[in-house]
Amino acid sequence: MSVNIPVNPTSVRAPDSPRVDLLLIAEMVAPGSRVLDVGCGDGTLLRILADKQAVDGRGIELSQAGVNSCVTQGLAVIQGDADTDLAYYPDLAFDYAILSQTIQATHNPRLVLEQLLRIGKRAVVSFPNFGHWRVRTQLMFGGHMPRTDNLPESWHDTPNIHFCTIKDFLTLCDDIGAKVERAVALNAYGTKLVSMPLFAQNLFGEQAVFLLSR
Amino acid sequence: MNENPAAERFADRAKRQAQTANPQSEIVHFPADEPLPLDSGASLAPLSIAYQTYGTLNADKSNLMLVCHALTGDQHAANLHPLTGKPGWWDTMIGPGKPIDTDRYFVLCPNVIGGCMGSTGPSSINPATGQPYGPDFPVITVRDMVRAQARLLDHLGIDQILSVIGGSMGGMQVLEWAASYKDRVFSAVPIACAARHSSQNIAFHEVGRQAVMADPDWREGRYLDEGKSPRKGLAVARMAAHITYLSDATLHEKFGRKLQDREKIAFGFDADFQVESYLRHQGMAFVDRFDANSYLYITRAMDYFDIAADHGGVLANAFAGTKTRFCLMSFTSDWLFPTEESREVVHALNAVAAKVSFVEIQSNKGHDAFLLHEPELFDTIRGFLSAAARERGVVFPDGGA
Repeated sequence: MSVNIPVNPTSVRAPDSPRVDLLLIAEMVAPGSRVLDVGCGDGTLLRILADKQAVDGRGIELSQAGVNSCVTQGLAVIQGDADTDLAYYPDLAFDYAILSQTIQATHNPRLVLEQLLRIGKRAVVSFPNFGHWRVRTQLMFGGHMPRTDNLPESWHDTPNIHFCTIKDFLTLCDDIGAKVERAVALNAYGTKLVSMPLFAQNLFGEQAVFLLSR
Repeated sequence: MNENPAAERFADRAKRQAQTANPQSEIVHFPADEPLPLDSGASLAPLSIAYQTYGTLNADKSNLMLVCHALTGDQHAANLHPLTGKPGWWDTMIGPGKPIDTDRYFVLCPNVIGGCMGSTGPSSINPATGQPYGPDFPVITVRDMVRAQARLLDHLGIDQILSVIGGSMGGMQVLEWAASYKDRVFSAVPIACAARHSSQNIAFHEVGRQAVMADPDWREGRYLDEGKSPRKGLAVARMAAHITYLSDATLHEKFGRKLQDREKIAFGFDADFQVESYLRHQGMAFVDRFDANSYLYITRAMDYFDIAADHGGVLANAFAGTKTRFCLMSFTSDWLFPTEESREVVHALNAVAAKVSFVEIQSNKGHDAFLLHEPELFDTIRGFLSAAARERGVVFPDGGA
C-alpha cells in the first residue's frame, strides 16, 4: 500500500529563503522587542528576528550541536531544557517567549505553555498539526503511526511525545486561560489558510502558529 | 643532570626565587604609600604585579583580553615557561590565528597576588622585616586578586576589558570581575568554575594544606629563612589535587593497571603502577616551580570564594543591572566544578536578564579539559569573542574590523 508523503514546506521554498513558519513568527513579533526562543535549534529564528526585527534575543536549546552553532554566531543561547529551565526566568522578563516546533517534544506541554505566558508578555507557539488529513489518512487506512517528511521518526524513537491538533491546542489555551490573539494555519505549501472554518483549518493545516497572551 | 640531588634542589630553588624577586616578565611596582586594601581588613604595600602581554593594544584601547590563571598557573600563558622551559599553560588557545587571536586582541595575563612568579606573595620580602613574608603574609581573597588586577589596568591606562577569560580559579576571577566592575567588562568567559567553592573542594584543599604543614621542612611557614622547602608535603598536596583535575575515565585510559618498568608487582611500596609513577612525577615537577606558602594562600582564597555571600546571599544580586555578555562553559566529566555549578550561575544571570550563553562540553578529560585541545571549547571561545568584538565595534590593530 502506498502512503502519501506530505510535501515539506521547506522542500518547496527557494534554496536560501527561510522557512515560512519562521517568517510568520517573525512577523508576529514587534520590532526591537525582547525575545526568548525556547528550543532555538541552530539559531535560525533568532537570526531572522535579529535581522528583520532588530530584537534583543536569547535562546534555550537542548542539543549541544545547536548551542555551539548559536554561540559561535554570537547568539546568547544556553544549553537547557524547556521542561525544567524556564522556571529560573523571572515574570515578564521578555516581550515574547517563542516555542517553535518544540511543544510536541516537551514532557509537560501545559506547564511549559504556562511558563511561556509567565515569563513573556506574549507567547508565540508553532507546532505540527496532527489533525492534518494526511496524518489522519495514515492512521485510518495505513493502520500505523503517521510518519511524514517533517516528522520522519518511528513511534519508538521520536522525540515528539505530545502531538496535538489545532483543536486540541485551542482547548489547552482555553483551559489555562490563554487569550488567542492570532492563529494562522499553514498548508503543506506554506500558504496561510484564511477565511476557513476551524474544522477545515484543522484538516488542511500542516502546521499552525499561535500568538497568545494572558 | 647534576650528580648531587641536594645541590640540584638548591639550584632549582634559587631559580624559582629569582622569578619571585625579579621575574622574566613585565612588572609594575606600586609604592608603599599606595597600599592595596584587602578583604581581611589588612592591606598590601608595596605591591608588585608581574604580567605577560601578547599582541598589540589598538588605538582606542578596546581590544583587551584579560586572561586569568588558575591555582597553580601563572602569567606565562603563551610563552615558554622560564622555569620549566615548556610552552605556556594556554599556548594552544592564545596566539596568532588561535581562538584568543593575538593578531586581533591585546592579551594581558597577570600573576595573581599571593603567587610566586613576581606578583607580591608570601615569598616576597616583607618590608617590615626584610625577610620573606612567609606566614606573616595577609590572607587574600579572589576579590583581592581582582582588585589588584584592576589597579594594574588603571596603571596601564586601560579602562575597558573586551573580554575577561579564565578557567577554574581563573573563572572565579572572571565572575568576580563581572560582579565588581560591571562597567569595565564588556564580555566574560568563566570556564569550569563556580560562584562559590564547594565543601568537597574545600576538603581537598585542606588535605593539601595539611600535607604541606605536616612536612617538618615547612618550619611553621618560615622555611625560606632557614634555606629549606617542604618539598615532600607540597608534592603530596599536588598529587592529591592532580587526581581531582582528571577523571576516572582518563586515568583508566592513560594507565589502567599497567605496571611501571616491571613485569610483575614487586610486593613493596615502590611505584609499581604507572599511575603512581605519574603522580610522583607530577608532584616533584610542581615543587620545582611553585612556592609552598603560595599554595596555602591561594587555596585559601579559593575556599573563601562565595559571590552570593558577598551580595546578601543571593547570587543574582551580584549581577543585577549587568550589561556584560557572558559565555559559560563546563565539562561533562569535571567532578571538581560540575556542570550544575555553572548552571547555578546561568540561572542567576537569567534572573537578571543578562545576555548569557552556556555550553556543557562533552569530554572525558575531567576538570583539566579547559587546558586541553577540546574542539568545542576552542570553537565556542573563538565564535563568542569574535561576536563580542563585532558588537563592541572593535577595530583590530591591523585595521580590520
